[in-house]
Amino acid sequence: MKISVVKNILEANERIARENRVLFDEKGLTVMNLMSSPGAGKTTLLEKTIDALKDKLHLGVIEGDIQSSQDAERIANKGIPVVQINTGGACHLDGNMIRDTFGEFDFDNLDLLVVENVGNLVCPAEFKVGEDFKAMILSVTEGDDKPSKYPLMFHESSVLLVNKIDLLPYVDCSISKIKEEALKINPQLIIFEISCKTGEGLDNWFAWLEDFVQRRKASFSANA
Amino acid sequence: MHEMSIAQSLLDIIKEEMAKNDAKVLRSVRLQIGQLTAIVPESLSFCFEVMTAGTDLEGAKLIMEIIPLVGHCENCKKEFPIENYAFECPFCRSTDIRTISGEELSIVEMEVE
Repeated sequence: MKISVVKNILEANERIARENRVLFDEKGLTVMNLMSSPGAGKTTLLEKTIDALKDKLHLGVIEGDIQSSQDAERIANKGIPVVQINTGGACHLDGNMIRDTFGEFDFDNLDLLVVENVGNLVCPAEFKVGEDFKAMILSVTEGDDKPSKYPLMFHESSVLLVNKIDLLPYVDCSISKIKEEALKINPQLIIFEISCKTGEGLDNWFAWLEDFVQRRKASFSANA
Repeated sequence: MHEMSIAQSLLDIIKEEMAKNDAKVLRSVRLQIGQLTAIVPESLSFCFEVMTAGTDLEGAKLIMEIIPLVGHCENCKKEFPIENYAFECPFCRSTDIRTISGEELSIVEMEVE
């Protein structure tokens, strides 16, 4: 007997992500899902972003790693609320893991929650967690062929931060090729060229992010 | 290697549907996998095999149909295959593209007894 099913295989996760999103919307909270391959600079970018915005916004962080709490300790040193998720082998965070952290945060006193996903350029792109937008980092040491090799990640992201541009003289990587290839896959992609080491380009990113969070808060207050 | 998670979600749906239809044996499952998804069919097959080994579902066939990426241009209203993941209309060069297929990750049919 043949039975017709027609169901999204990830429907269970997407339902939880939608429920998370409803809660974030009620609180006027911006949620950013930050993704990249291991070592591209997610935690360092977060540290810099916290330093720049912590007097203007209330921030919280969820750290996703397969193992260890080193990243959460780095964030906790900045004096902001952080929860470490150890996936114990899983290569990505999902809606359920994010929901499990809700008891640890006071959402009424948060403006921006950053979900730092497990370092991986493939799997996290497939699993929604209830975010407003996905941001990804590509460091120039990874090479300019990555957009065409990992199209889903670039397609799903709203923001691309090209990091470690201070190393450009030492690596064979063309920023214009990265931009051209990434914009082909995602014409709406917003691109920042940054160096977390020298600070170059970071002010543009801070200003963009703060503006996004403030506009979201304002639209929430207007609707409340 | 998120195919393990995908296989687990797939098994959850299969078990639910089999219970609903009072089915005892699973012959095959047909999936549609969009070209844009980051799924490796061989890897999903392997995970499915491992997870069903030694269970009632052992031996069920996983049939995967890859669905090509097709876009619809919101500007000139034409449909076209999206090649090399370039989301630009080949007719009018607009980048206002709606993806009409190629993002599927769906179970579509099961053969049971």
